[in-house]
Amino acid sequence: MSDFAQPRLTLGRLTIHATLLLACAVYLVPLIVMLLTSFKTPEDIRTGNLLSWPEAFSAMGWLTAWDSIGGYFWNSVKIVLPAVLISTALGAINGYVLSMWRFRGSQLFFGLLLFGCFLPFQVILLPASFTLGKLGLANTTTGLVLVHVVYGLAFTTLFFRNFYVSVPDALVRAARLDGAGFFTIFGRILLPMSVPIIMVCLIWQFTQIWNDFLFGVVFASGDTQPVTVALNNLVNTSTGAKQYNVDMAAAMIAGLPTLVVYVVAGKYFLRGLTAGAVKG
Amino acid sequence: MSSIALQARPAKASPLDALQRWLPKLVLAPSMLIVLVGFYAYIGWTFLLSFTNSRFMPSYKWAGLQQYERLWDNDRWWVASQNLLVFGGMFIAISLLIGVVLAVLLDQRIRREGLIRTIYLYPMALSMIVTGTAWQWLLNPGLGLDKLLRDWGWEGFRFDWLVDPDRVIYCLVIAAVWQASGFVMALFLAGLRSVDQSIIRAAQVDGASLPTIYLRIVLPSLRPVFFSALMILAHIAIKSFDLVAAMTAGGPGYSSDLPAMFMYAHTFTRGQMGLGAASAMLMLGAVMAIIVPYLYSELRNKRHV
Repeated sequence: MSDFAQPRLTLGRLTIHATLLLACAVYLVPLIVMLLTSFKTPEDIRTGNLLSWPEAFSAMGWLTAWDSIGGYFWNSVKIVLPAVLISTALGAINGYVLSMWRFRGSQLFFGLLLFGCFLPFQVILLPASFTLGKLGLANTTTGLVLVHVVYGLAFTTLFFRNFYVSVPDALVRAARLDGAGFFTIFGRILLPMSVPIIMVCLIWQFTQIWNDFLFGVVFASGDTQPVTVALNNLVNTSTGAKQYNVDMAAAMIAGLPTLVVYVVAGKYFLRGLTAGAVKG
Repeated sequence: MSSIALQARPAKASPLDALQRWLPKLVLAPSMLIVLVGFYAYIGWTFLLSFTNSRFMPSYKWAGLQQYERLWDNDRWWVASQNLLVFGGMFIAISLLIGVVLAVLLDQRIRREGLIRTIYLYPMALSMIVTGTAWQWLLNPGLGLDKLLRDWGWEGFRFDWLVDPDRVIYCLVIAAVWQASGFVMALFLAGLRSVDQSIIRAAQVDGASLPTIYLRIVLPSLRPVFFSALMILAHIAIKSFDLVAAMTAGGPGYSSDLPAMFMYAHTFTRGQMGLGAASAMLMLGAVMAIIVPYLYSELRNKRHV
């Protein structure tokens, strides 16, 4: 591309730029409105409009929001961290076996797993909740971690398997001839080159699990609920006057962790999104 | 790779070697068990439940196709299914259109492309609950866009689709398109970048105009990307639950219900477990009708390569 000179500014290019900028505005407006509203006072919200500047910036919305969903924020952290790490580790070792140590039936297993990427979770909710109840894990953080690990497995395995498939077989075969064992090959040869796919997988799982609502609302209640469920309860249970500044601040709080990850590691986020799509 | 220390060992048959041979299977075994039980046995279990008259608690008394018949006669289920067609169809069509247009425009050697891409894609990082909360406020009749445009001088402007049973479904479409269209853009932009530039240059030399080149040559070559995007969007649409929960909770009445919401409401709050299970099985059927041909053709193509 660099061998092209910057094209001349024509009417056509002006239209292209205008359209792109307009689209930027459309994508950004909801975020701007959320931020503006979160800093307004209820009075200010009634008299102003979506894009009016706050009369005075008030932290009240944020403080009230944190009071009501702060605890659930930490619940989410406690669910997300172990679930992301365990499902990524399992995905890595599964992907390693499915690409380097194929055996009879391993392809069939991969096919069965692949379908799991598309499974509508409604179809497993009931048995899963019975099982959690039997295990004594209903309404616990551990139970949610377990569920996220199990149903995250399809994607994490897919990521690593597709990544390792592109690693030359010769590399592993040579190591095997040299007498290197299963775990040595994994730890010494494959893991060191897996940093990009580990990042993709961690970020994918982080966004998926942090943003989960279905499992949270079905398998947790009361004090163990994740932040998305708490946010929804806050916004959609009508007791007294609606406090839109609190709603918007709470939505920002619930959305910030994944937004920050996206801004910091957007490259890996995009690769995770497209990995399943482009590679199949 | 030369830095890796691997000791050469003479090969000999020993218990350790046997273990080595079994290790891959042993390592994969827990995951295989998880998948067989957690995915497939559970599907079977739900299938079984859909043939019972389970209400608040599971019961295993055979009820035949009774729950499916009740679904057939259930007005709310029909509303939910029709909504899925309207919501899914519009969501997919509009997201694809916007995504393709933005990708093509962004492919014209735009300065600050990286920044613009980041802006288009960030909604995809957000939870549907956050998106739903934000758009519920933006579309708020009275204080949202409604008031904004009147304050800006459009006196007669009214926007109350969020509380209009006939139009509330379009509000869901707006929010979902906002969230996912940037992702479609990213998919197509990646596809556009993989198109052989020499073909485009050759067509330009032949005097073809840029729109013609895109419509006739570039976009048709992106058929696989198109199908991938279609699959993913259809999948998002069928699973959509969070967005409805956060934005409308299925209301007003049940006018913005979707099957996922129907299933949750009947199974977990209304004590209609059997009916919920039947609706879940129909959702699975819908997903399979879309996914299985897709996976089949994908795997077949790979075998040919």
